[in-house]
Amino acid sequence: MSAAYEPVLLRRRGLERSGDIDVYERTGGYQALRKALIEMTPQSVTDLVIASNLRGRGGAGFPTGRKWSFIPKDAPVKYLAVNADESEPGTFNNRVFIDADPHALVEGILICCFAVGISAAYIYIRGENLAGARALERAIAQARAKGYVGRGILGSSFSCEIHVFRGAGAYICGEETALLESIEGRRPQPRSRPPFPAVVGLFGKPTVINNVETLGCVPSIVERGAAWFKSIGPENAPGPKMYCLSGHVARPGVYERPMGTPLRELIEEHAGGIRGGRSLGFVIPGAAASTALRPDEIDVAMDFDSLRKIGTELGAGGIMVFDDRVCIVETLERLARFFRHESCGKCVPCREGTVWQHATLVRLAERRGGAADVALLKSVSEQISGKTLCALGDFAAAPQLGALRKFPEHFQAHVEGRCPARAEAVVA
Amino acid sequence: MSGGPRSDSPLPAALLDRIDSLAAKYPTMRAALLPALWLVQDERGWISRADVAEVADRLGLAAADAEGVLSFYFLFHRAPRGTVVIDVCDNVVCRANGAERLLADLCARLGITPGETTADGRFTVRRQECIAACHQAPAVQVDLQYRGPITSVDELLGMEAR
Repeated sequence: MSAAYEPVLLRRRGLERSGDIDVYERTGGYQALRKALIEMTPQSVTDLVIASNLRGRGGAGFPTGRKWSFIPKDAPVKYLAVNADESEPGTFNNRVFIDADPHALVEGILICCFAVGISAAYIYIRGENLAGARALERAIAQARAKGYVGRGILGSSFSCEIHVFRGAGAYICGEETALLESIEGRRPQPRSRPPFPAVVGLFGKPTVINNVETLGCVPSIVERGAAWFKSIGPENAPGPKMYCLSGHVARPGVYERPMGTPLRELIEEHAGGIRGGRSLGFVIPGAAASTALRPDEIDVAMDFDSLRKIGTELGAGGIMVFDDRVCIVETLERLARFFRHESCGKCVPCREGTVWQHATLVRLAERRGGAADVALLKSVSEQISGKTLCALGDFAAAPQLGALRKFPEHFQAHVEGRCPARAEAVVA
Repeated sequence: MSGGPRSDSPLPAALLDRIDSLAAKYPTMRAALLPALWLVQDERGWISRADVAEVADRLGLAAADAEGVLSFYFLFHRAPRGTVVIDVCDNVVCRANGAERLLADLCARLGITPGETTADGRFTVRRQECIAACHQAPAVQVDLQYRGPITSVDELLGMEAR
Protein backbone atom coordinates (compact mmCIF):
# COMPACT_ATOMS: atom_id res chain seq x y z
CA MET A 1 0.00 0.00 0.00
CA SER A 2 1.10 3.55 -0.63
CA ALA A 3 2.00 5.87 2.22
CA ALA A 4 -0.51 8.43 3.45
CA TYR A 5 -0.32 11.66 1.48
CA GLU A 6 -1.91 15.00 2.23
CA PRO A 7 -2.91 16.75 -1.01
CA VAL A 8 -1.38 20.16 -1.61
CA LEU A 9 -2.76 21.34 -4.96
CA LEU A 10 -6.18 19.74 -4.59
CA ARG A 11 -6.62 20.27 -0.86
CA ARG A 12 -9.71 22.38 -1.42
CA ARG A 13 -11.36 20.02 -3.89
CA GLY A 14 -14.72 18.99 -2.51
CA LEU A 15 -15.02 21.92 -0.10
CA GLU A 16 -18.31 23.71 -0.45
CA ARG A 17 -17.92 26.93 -2.48
CA SER A 18 -14.20 26.22 -2.83
CA GLY A 19 -13.95 28.87 -5.54
CA ASP A 20 -15.12 31.67 -3.23
CA ILE A 21 -12.59 34.02 -1.74
CA ASP A 22 -13.94 33.77 1.82
CA VAL A 23 -13.51 29.99 1.76
CA TYR A 24 -10.06 30.43 0.24
CA GLU A 25 -8.95 32.94 2.88
CA ARG A 26 -10.43 30.90 5.70
CA THR A 27 -8.34 27.93 4.60
CA GLY A 28 -5.07 29.86 4.52
CA GLY A 29 -5.45 31.54 1.13
CA TYR A 30 -3.48 34.68 0.23
CA GLN A 31 -1.22 34.21 3.27
CA ALA A 32 1.68 33.27 1.00
CA LEU A 33 1.19 36.44 -1.04
CA ARG A 34 1.08 38.47 2.17
CA LYS A 35 4.26 36.79 3.39
CA ALA A 36 6.04 37.42 0.08
CA LEU A 37 5.06 41.10 -0.01
CA ILE A 38 5.78 41.85 3.63
CA GLU A 39 8.61 39.58 4.66
CA MET A 40 10.44 38.87 1.42
CA THR A 41 12.04 40.62 -1.54
CA PRO A 42 11.43 39.70 -5.18
CA GLN A 43 14.92 38.20 -5.30
CA SER A 44 14.38 36.10 -2.18
CA VAL A 45 11.13 34.70 -3.62
CA THR A 46 12.94 33.73 -6.83
CA ASP A 47 15.79 32.23 -4.80
CA LEU A 48 13.29 30.22 -2.78
CA VAL A 49 11.65 28.82 -5.91
CA ILE A 50 15.10 27.97 -7.32
CA ALA A 51 15.98 26.26 -4.01
CA SER A 52 12.73 24.26 -4.09
CA ASN A 53 13.79 22.73 -7.42
CA LEU A 54 10.25 23.17 -8.77
CA ARG A 55 10.27 22.01 -12.40
CA GLY A 56 7.69 23.15 -14.95
CA ARG A 57 4.69 20.87 -15.08
CA GLY A 58 3.77 21.50 -18.72
CA GLY A 59 6.03 18.67 -19.84
CA ALA A 60 9.49 20.07 -20.45
CA GLY A 61 10.39 20.03 -16.76
CA PHE A 62 12.49 23.19 -16.91
CA PRO A 63 13.41 24.63 -13.47
CA THR A 64 10.83 27.34 -12.78
CA GLY A 65 12.95 29.62 -10.61
CA ARG A 66 15.71 29.68 -13.21
CA LYS A 67 13.17 30.56 -15.89
CA TRP A 68 12.10 33.53 -13.76
CA SER A 69 15.72 34.59 -13.26
CA PHE A 70 16.30 34.83 -17.04
CA ILE A 71 14.01 37.86 -17.28
CA PRO A 72 16.08 41.05 -17.56
CA LYS A 73 15.67 42.91 -14.27
CA ASP A 74 15.91 46.37 -15.80
CA ALA A 75 13.18 45.85 -18.42
CA PRO A 76 10.46 48.45 -17.75
CA VAL A 77 7.62 46.29 -19.12
CA LYS A 78 7.42 42.50 -18.82
CA TYR A 79 4.62 39.98 -18.80
CA LEU A 80 3.51 36.65 -17.41
CA ALA A 81 1.59 34.36 -19.75
CA VAL A 82 -0.13 31.50 -17.98
CA ASN A 83 -0.60 28.43 -20.11
CA ALA A 84 -4.06 27.01 -19.40
CA ASP A 85 -4.58 25.79 -22.96
CA GLU A 86 -4.50 22.12 -21.93
CA SER A 87 -5.51 20.40 -25.15
CA GLU A 88 -3.37 17.28 -25.43
CA PRO A 89 -5.41 14.06 -25.43
CA GLY A 90 -5.17 12.54 -21.95
CA THR A 91 -4.73 15.74 -19.95
CA PHE A 92 -7.37 17.43 -17.81
CA ASN A 93 -5.73 18.39 -14.50
CA ASN A 94 -5.65 22.14 -15.20
CA ARG A 95 -9.38 22.05 -15.68
CA VAL A 96 -9.98 20.12 -12.46
CA PHE A 97 -7.60 22.39 -10.54
CA ILE A 98 -9.16 25.63 -11.80
CA ASP A 99 -12.66 24.32 -11.05
CA ALA A 100 -11.63 23.40 -7.51
CA ASP A 101 -9.39 26.29 -6.56
CA PRO A 102 -9.21 29.27 -8.94
CA HIS A 103 -7.84 31.55 -6.24
CA ALA A 104 -4.81 29.31 -5.77
CA LEU A 105 -3.87 30.00 -9.39
CA VAL A 106 -4.49 33.72 -8.90
CA GLU A 107 -2.24 33.71 -5.83
CA GLY A 108 0.50 31.79 -7.65
CA ILE A 109 0.33 34.31 -10.49
CA LEU A 110 0.60 37.25 -8.11
CA ILE A 111 3.64 35.78 -6.33
CA CYS A 112 5.38 35.09 -9.64
CA CYS A 113 4.66 38.63 -10.82
CA PHE A 114 6.01 40.07 -7.56
CA ALA A 115 9.19 37.98 -7.86
CA VAL A 116 9.86 38.94 -11.46
CA GLY A 117 8.61 42.54 -11.32
CA ILE A 118 5.67 41.99 -13.65
CA SER A 119 2.57 44.18 -13.56
CA ALA A 120 0.35 42.35 -16.07
CA ALA A 121 -0.44 38.66 -16.45
CA TYR A 122 -2.49 36.94 -19.13
CA ILE A 123 -4.15 33.61 -18.44
CA TYR A 124 -4.54 31.88 -21.80
CA ILE A 125 -7.34 29.34 -21.35
CA ARG A 126 -8.65 27.07 -24.09
CA GLY A 127 -11.91 28.30 -25.58
CA GLU A 128 -13.75 25.10 -24.72
CA ASN A 129 -13.20 25.66 -21.00
CA LEU A 130 -15.77 28.40 -20.64
CA ALA A 131 -16.58 27.41 -17.04
CA GLY A 132 -12.91 27.72 -16.11
CA ALA A 133 -12.64 31.15 -17.71
CA ARG A 134 -15.70 32.34 -15.80
CA ALA A 135 -14.41 30.89 -12.52
CA LEU A 136 -11.12 32.73 -13.00
CA GLU A 137 -12.79 36.02 -13.95
CA ARG A 138 -14.93 35.77 -10.85
CA ALA A 139 -11.92 34.94 -8.65
CA ILE A 140 -9.95 37.88 -10.06
CA ALA A 141 -12.89 40.24 -9.41
CA GLN A 142 -13.18 38.98 -5.83
CA ALA A 143 -9.41 39.31 -5.33
CA ARG A 144 -9.51 42.85 -6.70
CA ALA A 145 -12.30 43.80 -4.29
CA LYS A 146 -10.09 42.62 -1.42
CA GLY A 147 -7.00 44.46 -2.61
CA TYR A 148 -5.03 41.46 -3.87
CA VAL A 149 -5.20 42.54 -7.50
CA GLY A 150 -4.79 46.04 -8.90
CA ARG A 151 -2.74 49.01 -7.70
CA GLY A 152 -0.71 49.00 -4.48
CA ILE A 153 -1.51 45.43 -3.49
CA LEU A 154 -1.93 45.04 0.29
CA GLY A 155 -0.57 48.56 0.78
CA SER A 156 2.73 47.73 -0.93
CA SER A 157 4.22 49.34 -4.02
CA PHE A 158 3.45 46.17 -6.02
CA SER A 159 0.70 46.54 -8.65
CA CYS A 160 -0.60 43.79 -10.88
CA GLU A 161 -3.43 43.20 -13.33
CA ILE A 162 -4.59 39.74 -14.40
CA HIS A 163 -6.43 39.21 -17.69
CA VAL A 164 -8.27 36.08 -18.77
CA PHE A 165 -7.78 35.45 -22.48
CA ARG A 166 -9.87 32.79 -24.16
CA GLY A 167 -8.53 30.69 -27.01
CA ALA A 168 -10.89 29.45 -29.70
CA GLY A 169 -9.98 25.84 -30.36
CA ALA A 170 -6.43 25.06 -31.53
CA TYR A 171 -4.00 22.68 -29.79
CA ILE A 172 -0.97 24.56 -31.09
CA CYS A 173 -1.84 27.47 -28.80
CA GLY A 174 -0.40 25.44 -25.93
CA GLU A 175 3.00 25.86 -27.59
CA GLU A 176 4.45 28.84 -25.80
CA THR A 177 5.23 31.10 -28.74
CA ALA A 178 2.02 30.17 -30.59
CA LEU A 179 0.22 31.14 -27.39
CA LEU A 180 1.85 34.57 -27.54
CA GLU A 181 0.91 34.96 -31.21
CA SER A 182 -2.67 34.02 -30.36
CA ILE A 183 -2.95 36.68 -27.66
CA GLU A 184 -1.45 39.22 -30.05
CA GLY A 185 -4.23 38.49 -32.55
CA ARG A 186 -2.09 36.74 -35.16
CA ARG A 187 -2.40 33.25 -36.59
CA PRO A 188 -1.03 31.08 -33.78
CA GLN A 189 2.07 29.77 -35.51
CA PRO A 190 5.19 29.24 -33.39
CA ARG A 191 8.03 31.72 -33.56
CA SER A 192 11.61 31.01 -34.40
CA ARG A 193 13.90 31.06 -31.36
CA PRO A 194 16.13 32.90 -30.52
CA PRO A 195 15.07 35.39 -29.43
CA PHE A 196 13.50 33.50 -26.54
CA PRO A 197 10.33 34.77 -24.86
CA ALA A 198 12.38 35.69 -21.76
CA VAL A 199 13.92 38.42 -23.92
CA VAL A 200 11.32 39.09 -26.66
CA GLY A 201 7.97 37.65 -25.65
CA LEU A 202 4.42 38.95 -25.46
CA PHE A 203 4.03 42.29 -27.29
CA GLY A 204 7.81 42.19 -27.80
CA LYS A 205 8.53 42.35 -24.06
CA PRO A 206 10.34 39.88 -21.77
CA THR A 207 7.81 37.23 -20.79
CA VAL A 208 7.59 34.36 -18.34
CA ILE A 209 5.40 31.51 -19.59
CA ASN A 210 4.32 29.07 -16.90
CA ASN A 211 1.87 26.21 -16.73
CA VAL A 212 -1.16 26.28 -14.40
CA GLU A 213 0.06 23.41 -12.23
CA THR A 214 3.51 24.98 -11.93
CA LEU A 215 2.10 28.24 -10.59
CA GLY A 216 -0.27 26.25 -8.38
CA CYS A 217 2.76 24.92 -6.50
CA VAL A 218 4.16 28.39 -5.78
CA PRO A 219 1.98 29.57 -2.85
CA SER A 220 2.74 26.39 -0.90
CA ILE A 221 6.48 26.78 -1.50
CA VAL A 222 6.37 30.33 -0.14
CA GLU A 223 4.25 29.25 2.80
CA ARG A 224 6.07 26.06 3.79
CA GLY A 225 9.55 26.47 2.38
CA ALA A 226 11.88 24.82 -0.10
CA ALA A 227 12.97 22.03 2.27
CA TRP A 228 9.35 20.94 2.73
CA PHE A 229 8.75 20.94 -1.04
CA LYS A 230 11.91 18.94 -1.67
CA SER A 231 10.83 16.37 0.90
CA ILE A 232 8.00 15.34 -1.47
CA GLY A 233 9.02 12.93 -4.24
CA PRO A 234 12.42 12.53 -5.91
CA GLU A 235 15.23 14.98 -5.27
CA ASN A 236 15.71 15.91 -8.92
CA ALA A 237 12.02 16.67 -9.53
CA PRO A 238 10.24 17.16 -6.23
CA GLY A 239 6.76 18.25 -5.29
CA PRO A 240 3.16 17.24 -5.77
CA LYS A 241 1.86 16.12 -9.14
CA MET A 242 -1.71 15.91 -10.43
CA TYR A 243 -1.86 12.71 -12.45
CA CYS A 244 -4.77 12.35 -14.91
CA LEU A 245 -6.00 8.77 -15.17
CA SER A 246 -8.40 7.82 -17.92
CA GLY A 247 -9.37 5.01 -20.23
CA HIS A 248 -10.25 1.55 -19.02
CA VAL A 249 -9.68 2.13 -15.31
CA ALA A 250 -12.37 1.63 -12.69
CA ARG A 251 -12.11 5.17 -11.31
CA PRO A 252 -10.88 7.70 -13.87
CA GLY A 253 -9.95 11.10 -12.49
CA VAL A 254 -7.19 13.36 -11.25
CA TYR A 255 -5.05 11.88 -8.48
CA GLU A 256 -2.61 14.15 -6.71
CA ARG A 257 0.40 12.20 -5.45
CA PRO A 258 4.09 12.90 -4.96
CA MET A 259 6.08 13.26 -8.16
CA GLY A 260 7.66 9.89 -8.89
CA THR A 261 4.69 7.76 -7.77
CA PRO A 262 4.91 4.36 -9.47
CA LEU A 263 2.66 4.02 -12.50
CA ARG A 264 1.42 0.66 -11.23
CA GLU A 265 0.28 2.21 -7.94
CA LEU A 266 -1.61 4.96 -9.78
CA ILE A 267 -3.40 2.51 -12.04
CA GLU A 268 -4.09 -0.34 -9.64
CA GLU A 269 -4.50 1.37 -6.30
CA HIS A 270 -5.80 4.87 -6.97
CA ALA A 271 -7.71 4.40 -10.21
CA GLY A 272 -8.97 0.98 -9.11
CA GLY A 273 -7.27 -1.15 -11.77
CA ILE A 274 -8.54 -2.26 -15.14
CA ARG A 275 -12.30 -2.14 -15.44
CA GLY A 276 -14.42 -5.24 -15.89
CA GLY A 277 -11.73 -7.73 -14.91
CA ARG A 278 -9.87 -7.29 -18.19
CA SER A 279 -6.11 -7.20 -18.42
CA LEU A 280 -3.90 -4.29 -19.37
CA GLY A 281 -3.10 -3.87 -23.05
CA PHE A 282 -0.88 -0.77 -23.01
CA VAL A 283 -0.54 2.56 -21.23
CA ILE A 284 0.23 5.96 -22.70
CA PRO A 285 1.86 7.57 -19.63
CA GLY A 286 2.35 11.22 -20.60
CA ALA A 287 -0.51 12.10 -22.96
CA ALA A 288 -0.64 11.85 -26.74
CA ALA A 289 2.98 12.78 -27.42
CA SER A 290 4.51 10.06 -25.22
CA THR A 291 5.51 6.54 -26.16
CA ALA A 292 3.13 3.81 -24.99
CA LEU A 293 4.34 1.33 -22.39
CA ARG A 294 3.88 -2.41 -22.30
CA PRO A 295 2.17 -4.07 -19.32
CA ASP A 296 5.57 -5.22 -18.01
CA GLU A 297 6.87 -1.64 -17.89
CA ILE A 298 4.45 -0.08 -15.40
CA ASP A 299 6.69 -0.32 -12.35
CA VAL A 300 8.34 2.90 -13.53
CA ALA A 301 8.32 6.00 -11.28
CA MET A 302 6.19 8.76 -12.82
CA ASP A 303 8.69 11.61 -13.03
CA PHE A 304 10.52 13.35 -15.88
CA ASP A 305 13.84 11.53 -15.64
CA SER A 306 12.61 8.01 -14.78
CA LEU A 307 10.28 8.00 -17.79
CA ARG A 308 12.96 9.40 -20.12
CA LYS A 309 15.21 6.53 -19.05
CA ILE A 310 12.75 4.03 -20.52
CA GLY A 311 12.19 6.02 -23.68
CA THR A 312 8.99 7.90 -22.93
CA GLU A 313 7.87 11.16 -21.32
CA LEU A 314 5.90 12.44 -18.35
CA GLY A 315 4.39 15.25 -20.41
CA ALA A 316 1.71 16.93 -18.33
CA GLY A 317 0.87 13.65 -16.59
CA GLY A 318 -1.95 12.35 -18.77
CA ILE A 319 -2.07 8.59 -18.21
CA MET A 320 -4.31 6.81 -20.72
CA VAL A 321 -4.93 3.17 -19.88
CA PHE A 322 -6.23 0.70 -22.48
CA ASP A 323 -7.31 -2.87 -21.93
CA ASP A 324 -6.26 -5.84 -24.06
CA ARG A 325 -9.10 -5.34 -26.57
CA VAL A 326 -7.77 -2.01 -27.82
CA CYS A 327 -5.63 -2.06 -30.93
CA ILE A 328 -2.50 0.03 -30.52
CA VAL A 329 -2.17 0.59 -34.26
CA GLU A 330 -5.71 2.00 -34.41
CA THR A 331 -4.93 4.15 -31.39
CA LEU A 332 -1.81 5.51 -33.05
CA GLU A 333 -3.81 6.17 -36.21
CA ARG A 334 -6.26 8.31 -34.23
CA LEU A 335 -3.46 10.20 -32.51
CA ALA A 336 -1.79 10.75 -35.87
CA ARG A 337 -5.07 12.25 -37.11
CA PHE A 338 -4.97 14.60 -34.12
CA PHE A 339 -1.47 15.81 -34.90
CA ARG A 340 -2.26 16.13 -38.61
CA HIS A 341 -5.30 18.25 -37.73
CA GLU A 342 -3.39 20.37 -35.22
CA SER A 343 -0.19 20.96 -37.20
CA CYS A 344 -0.15 24.70 -37.85
CA GLY A 345 1.37 24.32 -41.31
CA LYS A 346 4.37 26.57 -40.81
CA CYS A 347 7.13 23.95 -41.02
CA VAL A 348 7.12 21.61 -44.02
CA PRO A 349 8.34 18.44 -42.21
CA CYS A 350 5.39 18.64 -39.78
CA ARG A 351 2.76 19.89 -42.22
CA GLU A 352 3.54 17.22 -44.82
CA GLY A 353 4.90 14.56 -42.50
CA THR A 354 1.81 14.35 -40.31
CA VAL A 355 -0.33 13.80 -43.42
CA TRP A 356 1.96 10.98 -44.56
CA GLN A 357 2.08 9.47 -41.07
CA HIS A 358 -1.68 9.42 -40.87
CA ALA A 359 -2.24 7.99 -44.36
CA THR A 360 0.28 5.24 -43.64
CA LEU A 361 -1.33 4.39 -40.33
CA VAL A 362 -4.79 4.23 -41.91
CA ARG A 363 -3.49 1.55 -44.28
CA LEU A 364 -1.83 -0.35 -41.45
CA ALA A 365 -4.81 -0.10 -39.09
CA GLU A 366 -7.13 -1.34 -41.82
CA ARG A 367 -4.68 -4.18 -42.49
CA ARG A 368 -4.17 -3.05 -46.06
CA GLY A 369 -0.55 -2.06 -45.49
CA GLY A 370 2.65 -3.90 -46.17
CA ALA A 371 6.11 -4.05 -44.64
CA ALA A 372 7.00 -1.02 -46.77
CA ASP A 373 4.38 1.01 -44.85
CA VAL A 374 6.01 0.14 -41.54
CA ALA A 375 9.33 1.32 -42.94
CA LEU A 376 7.66 4.43 -44.37
CA LEU A 377 6.11 5.32 -41.02
CA LYS A 378 9.54 5.10 -39.43
CA SER A 379 11.23 7.09 -42.16
CA VAL A 380 8.62 9.87 -42.24
CA SER A 381 8.61 10.13 -38.44
CA GLU A 382 12.41 10.40 -38.37
CA GLN A 383 12.23 13.15 -40.97
CA ILE A 384 9.87 15.19 -38.80
CA SER A 385 11.70 14.68 -35.53
CA GLY A 386 13.98 17.57 -34.58
CA LYS A 387 13.35 19.40 -37.84
CA THR A 388 10.59 21.81 -36.85
CA LEU A 389 10.42 25.16 -35.08
CA CYS A 390 8.33 23.84 -32.21
CA ALA A 391 7.79 20.58 -30.37
CA LEU A 392 4.57 19.62 -32.18
CA GLY A 393 6.60 17.88 -34.85
CA ASP A 394 8.52 15.93 -32.22
CA PHE A 395 5.24 15.15 -30.47
CA ALA A 396 3.82 13.68 -33.68
CA ALA A 397 6.96 11.64 -34.33
CA ALA A 398 7.82 10.32 -30.87
CA PRO A 399 4.82 8.05 -30.14
CA GLN A 400 5.14 6.44 -33.59
CA LEU A 401 8.88 5.83 -33.34
CA GLY A 402 8.44 4.60 -29.77
CA ALA A 403 5.68 2.18 -30.69
CA LEU A 404 7.64 0.81 -33.65
CA ARG A 405 10.38 0.03 -31.11
CA LYS A 406 8.20 -1.34 -28.31
CA PHE A 407 5.35 -3.01 -30.17
CA PRO A 408 6.90 -4.35 -33.42
CA GLU A 409 4.83 -7.54 -33.30
CA HIS A 410 1.60 -5.52 -33.50
CA PHE A 411 2.73 -3.78 -36.68
CA GLN A 412 3.92 -7.11 -38.08
CA ALA A 413 0.56 -8.73 -37.28
CA HIS A 414 -1.31 -5.96 -39.14
CA VAL A 415 0.94 -6.43 -42.15
CA GLU A 416 -0.02 -10.10 -42.05
CA GLY A 417 -3.69 -9.21 -41.83
CA ARG A 418 -4.17 -9.96 -38.15
CA CYS A 419 -4.90 -7.78 -35.14
CA PRO A 420 -3.79 -9.18 -31.77
CA ALA A 421 -6.30 -7.03 -29.87
CA ARG A 422 -9.19 -7.93 -32.13
CA ALA A 423 -9.15 -11.67 -31.50
CA GLU A 424 -12.49 -11.26 -29.79
CA ALA A 425 -13.75 -8.89 -32.47
CA VAL A 426 -15.08 -6.33 -30.03
CA VAL A 427 -15.30 -2.91 -31.59
CA ALA A 428 -14.61 -0.13 -29.09
CA MET B 1 -26.29 32.42 -27.47
CA SER B 2 -29.16 31.99 -29.86
CA GLY B 3 -28.30 30.49 -33.20
CA GLY B 4 -31.49 31.55 -34.87
CA PRO B 5 -31.80 33.47 -38.10
CA ARG B 6 -29.81 36.66 -38.17
CA SER B 7 -30.10 39.74 -40.25
CA ASP B 8 -27.25 41.07 -42.31
CA SER B 9 -27.48 44.29 -40.41
CA PRO B 10 -24.33 46.02 -39.28
CA LEU B 11 -23.07 45.24 -35.78
CA PRO B 12 -25.09 47.14 -33.17
CA ALA B 13 -23.54 50.29 -31.73
CA ALA B 14 -23.42 48.82 -28.22
CA LEU B 15 -21.34 45.91 -29.50
CA LEU B 16 -18.98 48.23 -31.33
CA ASP B 17 -18.53 50.19 -28.11
CA ARG B 18 -17.58 47.00 -26.32
CA ILE B 19 -15.06 46.21 -29.05
CA ASP B 20 -13.59 49.68 -28.61
CA SER B 21 -13.16 49.16 -24.90
CA LEU B 22 -11.52 45.80 -25.55
CA ALA B 23 -9.13 47.51 -27.93
CA ALA B 24 -8.24 50.01 -25.22
CA LYS B 25 -7.52 47.23 -22.73
CA TYR B 26 -4.60 45.66 -24.63
CA PRO B 27 -1.24 47.15 -25.63
CA THR B 28 -2.19 46.71 -29.30
CA MET B 29 -5.58 46.94 -31.01
CA ARG B 30 -4.88 43.67 -32.83
CA ALA B 31 -4.83 41.80 -29.49
CA ALA B 32 -8.53 42.57 -29.15
CA LEU B 33 -9.32 40.54 -32.27
CA LEU B 34 -10.08 37.17 -30.66
CA PRO B 35 -12.04 38.67 -27.74
CA ALA B 36 -13.99 40.81 -30.23
CA LEU B 37 -14.84 37.78 -32.38
CA TRP B 38 -16.09 35.97 -29.28
CA LEU B 39 -18.33 38.96 -28.53
CA VAL B 40 -19.78 38.85 -32.03
CA GLN B 41 -20.40 35.12 -31.89
CA ASP B 42 -22.00 35.33 -28.45
CA GLU B 43 -24.29 38.06 -29.72
CA ARG B 44 -25.16 36.66 -33.16
CA GLY B 45 -24.56 32.92 -32.94
CA TRP B 46 -22.13 32.90 -35.84
CA ILE B 47 -19.71 35.21 -37.60
CA SER B 48 -20.36 36.31 -41.18
CA ARG B 49 -17.79 37.74 -43.57
CA ALA B 50 -19.44 41.13 -43.19
CA ASP B 51 -19.06 40.87 -39.41
CA VAL B 52 -15.36 40.05 -39.75
CA ALA B 53 -14.85 42.99 -42.07
CA GLU B 54 -16.56 45.29 -39.59
CA VAL B 55 -14.53 44.01 -36.63
CA ALA B 56 -11.32 44.25 -38.66
CA ASP B 57 -12.12 47.81 -39.67
CA ARG B 58 -12.80 48.76 -36.07
CA LEU B 59 -9.40 47.36 -35.04
CA GLY B 60 -7.47 48.87 -37.93
CA LEU B 61 -6.85 45.53 -39.66
CA ALA B 62 -7.45 44.33 -43.19
CA ALA B 63 -10.49 42.05 -43.48
CA ALA B 64 -8.36 39.34 -45.13
CA ASP B 65 -5.92 39.51 -42.24
CA ALA B 66 -8.70 39.00 -39.68
CA GLU B 67 -10.20 36.18 -41.79
CA GLY B 68 -6.81 34.49 -41.79
CA VAL B 69 -6.70 34.54 -38.00
CA LEU B 70 -10.31 33.52 -37.53
CA SER B 71 -10.11 30.59 -39.94
CA PHE B 72 -7.39 28.96 -37.82
CA TYR B 73 -9.78 28.22 -34.96
CA PHE B 74 -12.38 25.50 -34.56
CA LEU B 75 -14.87 27.16 -32.23
CA PHE B 76 -15.96 30.03 -34.44
CA HIS B 77 -19.05 29.29 -36.51
CA ARG B 78 -18.96 30.61 -40.05
CA ALA B 79 -22.56 29.77 -40.93
CA PRO B 80 -25.87 29.75 -39.08
CA ARG B 81 -25.88 26.88 -36.62
CA GLY B 82 -28.35 25.03 -34.46
CA THR B 83 -29.77 26.60 -31.32
CA VAL B 84 -27.89 23.89 -29.42
CA VAL B 85 -24.40 22.84 -30.51
CA ILE B 86 -23.24 19.41 -29.43
CA ASP B 87 -19.52 18.74 -29.81
CA VAL B 88 -18.68 15.05 -29.40
CA CYS B 89 -15.09 14.18 -28.53
CA ASP B 90 -13.93 11.25 -30.66
CA ASN B 91 -10.32 11.07 -29.53
CA VAL B 92 -8.75 7.89 -28.17
CA VAL B 93 -10.07 7.78 -24.60
CA CYS B 94 -13.62 8.75 -25.54
CA ARG B 95 -13.49 6.30 -28.44
CA ALA B 96 -12.35 3.50 -26.12
CA ASN B 97 -15.44 4.34 -24.06
CA GLY B 98 -17.96 4.25 -26.89
CA ALA B 99 -17.78 7.70 -28.51
CA GLU B 100 -18.30 6.35 -32.03
CA ARG B 101 -21.44 4.50 -30.96
CA LEU B 102 -22.70 7.61 -29.18
CA LEU B 103 -22.04 9.80 -32.21
CA ALA B 104 -23.73 7.32 -34.55
CA ASP B 105 -26.79 7.02 -32.28
CA LEU B 106 -27.03 10.77 -31.85
CA CYS B 107 -26.78 11.46 -35.57
CA ALA B 108 -29.28 8.69 -36.40
CA ARG B 109 -31.76 10.13 -33.90
CA LEU B 110 -31.41 13.62 -35.33
CA GLY B 111 -31.22 12.50 -38.95
CA ILE B 112 -27.96 14.30 -39.71
CA THR B 113 -24.28 13.53 -40.12
CA PRO B 114 -21.48 15.12 -38.05
CA GLY B 115 -21.03 18.74 -39.03
CA GLU B 116 -24.68 19.21 -39.96
CA THR B 117 -27.62 21.04 -38.42
CA THR B 118 -31.12 19.58 -38.09
CA ALA B 119 -33.73 20.92 -40.52
CA ASP B 120 -35.66 22.56 -37.67
CA GLY B 121 -32.54 24.47 -36.68
CA ARG B 122 -32.44 23.04 -33.19
CA PHE B 123 -29.25 20.97 -33.15
CA THR B 124 -25.81 21.06 -34.67
CA VAL B 125 -23.55 18.06 -34.04
CA ARG B 126 -19.82 18.12 -34.62
CA ARG B 127 -16.86 15.84 -34.08
CA GLN B 128 -14.45 17.54 -31.73
CA GLU B 129 -10.85 16.86 -30.75
CA CYS B 130 -9.98 16.09 -27.12
CA ILE B 131 -11.82 18.52 -24.82
CA ALA B 132 -9.89 17.77 -21.58
CA ALA B 133 -12.64 15.58 -20.18
CA CYS B 134 -11.05 12.13 -20.51
CA HIS B 135 -12.24 11.19 -17.02
CA GLN B 136 -15.80 11.83 -18.22
CA ALA B 137 -15.50 9.69 -21.34
CA PRO B 138 -17.45 9.52 -23.50
CA ALA B 139 -17.65 13.26 -23.09
CA VAL B 140 -19.37 15.98 -25.04
CA GLN B 141 -19.83 19.71 -24.84
CA VAL B 142 -23.29 21.18 -25.17
CA ASP B 143 -22.87 24.88 -25.94
CA LEU B 144 -19.40 24.59 -24.37
CA GLN B 145 -20.72 23.05 -21.18
CA TYR B 146 -19.11 19.78 -20.22
CA ARG B 147 -21.28 16.65 -20.06
CA GLY B 148 -20.18 13.09 -19.41
CA PRO B 149 -19.93 10.25 -19.18
CA ILE B 150 -22.86 10.09 -21.61
CA THR B 151 -24.49 6.69 -21.35
CA SER B 152 -27.31 7.23 -23.85
CA VAL B 153 -28.61 9.63 -26.46
CA ASP B 154 -31.91 9.83 -24.56
CA GLU B 155 -30.06 11.11 -21.55
CA LEU B 156 -28.09 13.62 -23.61
CA LEU B 157 -31.06 15.00 -25.52
CA GLY B 158 -33.25 14.80 -22.42
CA MET B 159 -31.01 17.37 -20.78
CA GLU B 160 -31.78 19.74 -23.62
CA ALA B 161 -35.48 18.90 -23.94
CA ARG B 162 -36.79 21.55 -21.53
